[in-house]
Amino acid sequence: MQIPAALNPADALKGKMADAVLDVKTFRDETTIVVEPSRVPEVLHFLRDSRGLVYNYLSDISPVDYYPETRYDGRRFAVSYHLYSLLYNRRLRVKTYLFEDDPTVPTATEVYPAANWLEREAHDMMGIDFSGHPDLRRLLMPDDWKGHPHRRDYPLGYETVMFSFNAENIAKHKPFAKE
Amino acid sequence: MTMMTHPGAEATSSWEGNIEELRNLVSDRALSGETLLLNMGPHHPSTHGVLRVLLELDGEEIVTCLPDVGYLHTGIEKNIESKTYEKGVTLTDRMDYLAPMSNNAVFSMAVEKLAGLDVPERAQVIRVICLELTRLNSHLVWLGTHALDLGAMSVFLYAFREREVILDMFEMLSGQRMMTSYIRPGGVWRDLTPEFLPALEDFLGYFPARVSDYESLLTNNPIFKDRTQGIGIVEPEDALAWGMSGPCLRGSGVNWDIRKAMPYSGYEQYDFDVPLGEHGDVYDRYLVRIEEMRQSVRILKQAIKRLESAGGGFRSDNRKFVPPPRAELGRSMEAVIHHFKLWTEGYTLPDEEVYVGIESPRGEIGCYLHGTGGNKPRRVRFKTPSFMHISSLGMVSQGHMIADLVAIIGSIDIVLGDSDR
Repeated sequence: MQIPAALNPADALKGKMADAVLDVKTFRDETTIVVEPSRVPEVLHFLRDSRGLVYNYLSDISPVDYYPETRYDGRRFAVSYHLYSLLYNRRLRVKTYLFEDDPTVPTATEVYPAANWLEREAHDMMGIDFSGHPDLRRLLMPDDWKGHPHRRDYPLGYETVMFSFNAENIAKHKPFAKE
Repeated sequence: MTMMTHPGAEATSSWEGNIEELRNLVSDRALSGETLLLNMGPHHPSTHGVLRVLLELDGEEIVTCLPDVGYLHTGIEKNIESKTYEKGVTLTDRMDYLAPMSNNAVFSMAVEKLAGLDVPERAQVIRVICLELTRLNSHLVWLGTHALDLGAMSVFLYAFREREVILDMFEMLSGQRMMTSYIRPGGVWRDLTPEFLPALEDFLGYFPARVSDYESLLTNNPIFKDRTQGIGIVEPEDALAWGMSGPCLRGSGVNWDIRKAMPYSGYEQYDFDVPLGEHGDVYDRYLVRIEEMRQSVRILKQAIKRLESAGGGFRSDNRKFVPPPRAELGRSMEAVIHHFKLWTEGYTLPDEEVYVGIESPRGEIGCYLHGTGGNKPRRVRFKTPSFMHISSLGMVSQGHMIADLVAIIGSIDIVLGDSDR
């Protein structure tokens, strides 16, 4: 069987939907295509089904929090989709940046079923909303948990160190047995 | 008395099991009580840790299978964000505790890629030895527990006998049996100890015969075949779509082994085969892993030979990233400065992102590392094979008997520490 020649994913995507592509970056031979959040499913569909691209395997979905910095005109969050093509044996990162007040991306579960739990985890740990996801419950944290632990402004530790000036305040809130 | 609650959680008295919460997750027959809802786990011997599976059963048949993870979530990714890069390695051991070397390696390789740090040839050969030993270690635990789940007790005892020898070898290398932290950015922690190579050669001498012993207990065993053949069939397209990797993917006949496809640590110089299954059932995944053990022995034998000719030290000489030898500290002021800087401030890496994926015993383990331009990462994320495999459990187990679920869970080889991180 003749395998069609591999295409440059960034060029192919720009040729098909130039308005969706914000930026193309390369670092250490890894290509990152930055796209508009609303166009993510469309872009993934194109990358998966086009001749010469065939990114048919979703390796990972990695959310990032840039707090306190922002990128691309004040966007705080980013979601990276790590794709892999078995046919051409190469990887690609599709990345989208989100605003803090509306961190919403359309779900990729229609394109890759594997995105189901990856998106649930991103929702749970980073508070990204994936619109249209069939089952966006918390995954790793308990159902009644408040906050999203992987956000950069979420404290790592729980117990405040006790000094004489704050001992009283800590004792008031600390959950241990009292008389 | 005040009730103890976890931070961030509302102080609710207890979870009132509300069936309405399950609407759209289970079939409508469960809501009317026609089918049975049953919790399997989190504490169940055949869930290999703390996996909870909510089952909707029609008699013995599984209508819906909803896996629930998170019981072993330890916030490893979050914790590494507050540590310097070098210190992150010790936490990675604790994810997939049956394959600590793979975790060390993927994190170290991500740091090396971000830093642009080269690893000497000798260190790479040592890494290959460690990675293949960890594969044997993990496959032996899988074999023992999988057979135990299906009622073959003695295989477990034999497999753990050999695993014990591997753990002893890890102890020779790193001083630790399980939480090795041996592979570090820039190479490995220390050179091979004098007793390690004789122990490894001795082990490789008798191990292939032991694999045949395991096979004689299971491969043609009619009970084992009845329990595994035609059970948990995964079509190749489904396996890819659901993000499966490693032996689970290859059991379905998809030839993707990262050691061959995107070689790292010099895997392209080794001669080994990638076993493939045909039917994608539990039995084929078993055959693939058994053959992988034999191939690992082949790689290990070649690695021992390569060790004689491999140049360079056991870690990089780049003192900006790798600490100087202890002996130099008494003589060289630069060494003292480097030592002090590395163990206090660490090193700074660029505000860029990299993704590295390697072949762990369970499949593709990936590390996504995003620097800040400072000495701590902005984000560390691990793509773990167990996580992807558990997410596909509902798809694989649908329509099977509840006893088959035990075989399926065993065959996809999950480690909950790997899944929950």
